[in-house]
Amino acid sequence: MKYSLASLFAGLIFGFGLIVSGMANPEKVLGFLDIAGLWDPSLAFVMGGAIIVGVVAFAVARRRTLSFLGFNIKIPSHNHIDKRLVIGSLMFGVGWGVAGFCPGPGIVALGAGEIKAAVFVASMVAGMVIFELIERNRAKA
Amino acid sequence: MIEIAWSNFTPWSALAGGILVGLAAASFLLLNGRIAGISGILGGLLTPLKGDIAWRVAFMLGLLGAPAVWLLAGDLPAIEINAGYPALIIAGLLVGVGTRYGSGCTSGHGVCGLSRLSLRSLAATLSFMATGFITVFVIRHVLGV
Repeated sequence: MKYSLASLFAGLIFGFGLIVSGMANPEKVLGFLDIAGLWDPSLAFVMGGAIIVGVVAFAVARRRTLSFLGFNIKIPSHNHIDKRLVIGSLMFGVGWGVAGFCPGPGIVALGAGEIKAAVFVASMVAGMVIFELIERNRAKA
Repeated sequence: MIEIAWSNFTPWSALAGGILVGLAAASFLLLNGRIAGISGILGGLLTPLKGDIAWRVAFMLGLLGAPAVWLLAGDLPAIEINAGYPALIIAGLLVGVGTRYGSGCTSGHGVCGLSRLSLRSLAATLSFMATGFITVFVIRHVLGV
């Protein structure tokens, strides 16, 4: 229960951050990605602001084995850069550039009642299902 | 030469929003001990394990509910979606498959991964930023859409 409440809280604050920053607006995101047009560098400040806080949080987390609510801290330890990581990320970037949506902002815009965001999120979930099916087939083979 | 769109430039709200995103990731890490990676939290719902569902749904409800809670205090900033439906479908499929294959998106690799100085996440972030820039260049300046 505590765990889910903390998740709800984090999701909500995350959503507020995406709204305040302009990330929830695909046109703003595309303005950032359009370096050859009239470039809007604002979103670099979103990353910057988030990372300043994040660096402190991870420095604190690294000194602990349990969270402040008493749960195990699970920080990924693998540092292997493989084909899956790079190819998947390259694909993601193409999708990001096509519509200006990455996963979080898509979900927030859906919550704002945008039909087009619903279409994006439904397709994204379909993409994740396709990934699971491919993985399942690979595991069988 | 890079031309800056000064009239659209909003460094303070971007910074403030970024700090909020950072605080969300920080509270998730320090309260629940986990990385706030949105594609991973959502994707994990597709192969649900016992006891691993409620918190994922709760996080998603937080994201989905943020605009409604926001509206209690004031108007939502504009959300302009100019992509057509075929483009949105293609984009969604690529983002869905790509983030699961690459084990993360802008939040997990971009925010959390760079915050913990992970080389793996740096490689992922540089990869999706690169194709993001290239894709917008091709669409807007080569195809002229």
